[in-house]
Amino acid sequence: MPTEEERPVVLIHRIPALKQPLASLSERFTLLDPLLHSADSTHSFLSRHASSVRAILCLGASPLTSDTLSLLPALEIVVGSSAGIDHVDLQECRRRGILVTNAGNAFSEDGADYVVGLLIDVLRRVSSSDRFVRNGLWPEHGAYPLGSTLGGKRVGIVGLGSIGSEVAKRLVPFGCSIAYTSRKKKPCVSYPFYANVSGLAADSDVLIVCCALTEETHHMINKDVMTALGKEGVIINVGRGALIDEKELVHFLVRGKLGGAGLDVFEDEPHVPKELLTLDNVVLSPHVAVVTAESFAALEQVVIGNLEAFFSNKPLLSPVKLE
Amino acid sequence: MDNNMDNNSNNIIVLMVCPVSNYLEQEIEKSFKVFKLWHFEDKEQFINTHKDSIQAVVGSAAAGADAELIESLPKLEIVATCSVGLDKIDLARCKEKGIRVANTPDVLTDDVADLAIGLILAVLRRICESDRYVRSGEWKKGEFKMTTKFTGKSVGILGMGRIGTVIAKRAEAFDCIIGYNSRTEKPNLNYKYYPNLIDLASNCQILVVACSLTEETQHIVNRQVINALGPKGVLINIGRGLLVDEHELVSALLQGRLGGAGLDVFEHEPDVPEELIGLENVVLLPHVASATVETRKAMADLVVGNLQAHFGKKPLLTPVV
Repeated sequence: MPTEEERPVVLIHRIPALKQPLASLSERFTLLDPLLHSADSTHSFLSRHASSVRAILCLGASPLTSDTLSLLPALEIVVGSSAGIDHVDLQECRRRGILVTNAGNAFSEDGADYVVGLLIDVLRRVSSSDRFVRNGLWPEHGAYPLGSTLGGKRVGIVGLGSIGSEVAKRLVPFGCSIAYTSRKKKPCVSYPFYANVSGLAADSDVLIVCCALTEETHHMINKDVMTALGKEGVIINVGRGALIDEKELVHFLVRGKLGGAGLDVFEDEPHVPKELLTLDNVVLSPHVAVVTAESFAALEQVVIGNLEAFFSNKPLLSPVKLE
Repeated sequence: MDNNMDNNSNNIIVLMVCPVSNYLEQEIEKSFKVFKLWHFEDKEQFINTHKDSIQAVVGSAAAGADAELIESLPKLEIVATCSVGLDKIDLARCKEKGIRVANTPDVLTDDVADLAIGLILAVLRRICESDRYVRSGEWKKGEFKMTTKFTGKSVGILGMGRIGTVIAKRAEAFDCIIGYNSRTEKPNLNYKYYPNLIDLASNCQILVVACSLTEETQHIVNRQVINALGPKGVLINIGRGLLVDEHELVSALLQGRLGGAGLDVFEHEPDVPEELIGLENVVLLPHVASATVETRKAMADLVVGNLQAHFGKKPLLTPVV
């Protein structure tokens, strides 16, 4: 463990709601946290320390804008700590040659597990029949409406990244057939590739949305895609709320033009469209697809690993390609 | 559907002992005359009146043919259950009297296994609880709690029959470590066999009950097994309620000696212990492991197919006895 003088400086960037976890960081790095110095405004704190800050750790989805970046002329790396990186001004990072890392594979397995959990819940009505039992309706009504079998379902994965490929691996033994869409066809993957999401939706019973949110993918699941998926179709979203046109999604679900949905993310969290709150064919969760003790422990390793690699000029563990 | 039966087939009388599905009733009625026991207030009188004409009984997981019913139907030739479980049928007595028994194996195996995995995920990742958290508006007040990872965990399966085997295969895709307990060790399985159920429970985090209910296996998951599973352990039951000592299960959950439970079956369905209703770390389902449109149709077709085979003097499709 480095001595206090040897610990490289890392600026912590976070919104106030996020507490500083990752306790083992302070053993290895000198952490500068503007929010712990209430006497100073963040602006003046950053200006004062600017010359020593080469690395910034961005906690969770705290937005990192070009305004903040412009106060840090010596900045060379942004270390992200979430699966998505859409809250960081990547264009500005690319312009300045600032390296960016994300959570790598720390969250992939948990994210995939949650997708499968949501899918089984929607198709087999797990949460809604649990409600049925808890409300005392079983003796009265006898049976709960039938669900739909997973076997034979055509699953279309939107974004075959680390989470998407773990989802595919888990669903194959359930008898699901897998196809995907992605920016580019993946060379070593045998699942059928679709160049666009509408084509994928037309040939799928289930769409699993687990890609990154970018300018191109904003509202990529739109009215046309939902129409192509069809009124028995199911959408599972663990990516970002804005990947789906939420207003249209609500419209489709309320009018029975879509079979069901499992949603972990929303356009304006923690607000969830109130029409969804009374539907039995949707499962709603509060952005928790990757939130397990185990994934956060893995994240800590990735964050420390990336920082140590940067400060010792070694290859980064999980660099984000800035195109 | 095999309609190759003689014109007198509509005279064969089938007694349905419990409601199953409209589809099953319609299909049986196409070829047979059906009496529905639950329509008669005085069941004893009904049986006395019709006992000499009833040739078949159709049941389900909820009700079957016990000794009393079998003895009261001298013309009974076949009991066909719309379930794979046989615990509601007095098999010994059927064997003794030459009465055929048929069930619905295989067609429901995948759905039941799928639900077992669904229950594991729902409990470990608190999916139903977090759905409640959103619906009740709690999310607006603060973040939900951290949950427990499923991938890589140790799963113990009690009963490595058709359903247990398929559950194991699905859990393998989650890199789970699989162990099992059953009456005998199965050859050619890559999973660790535990001849003692308490040992299995001590060595796994998630115990899935997937064995059949017999006289020997009643309350096989007892206080010692539950304690061995422990405060971080999760019990999943997609078998029969009576396999688990429900009273002990409830007290273990209330006292924190067991971490959580996913239950599709209960000792006295449709009654669920009141104490469980208030718990966040349990998922409670109304016996739906085979409850999909696709599978319930396949099960019903199998029941009708077995009846038609028997009365058409052909081999039963899925005989038990």
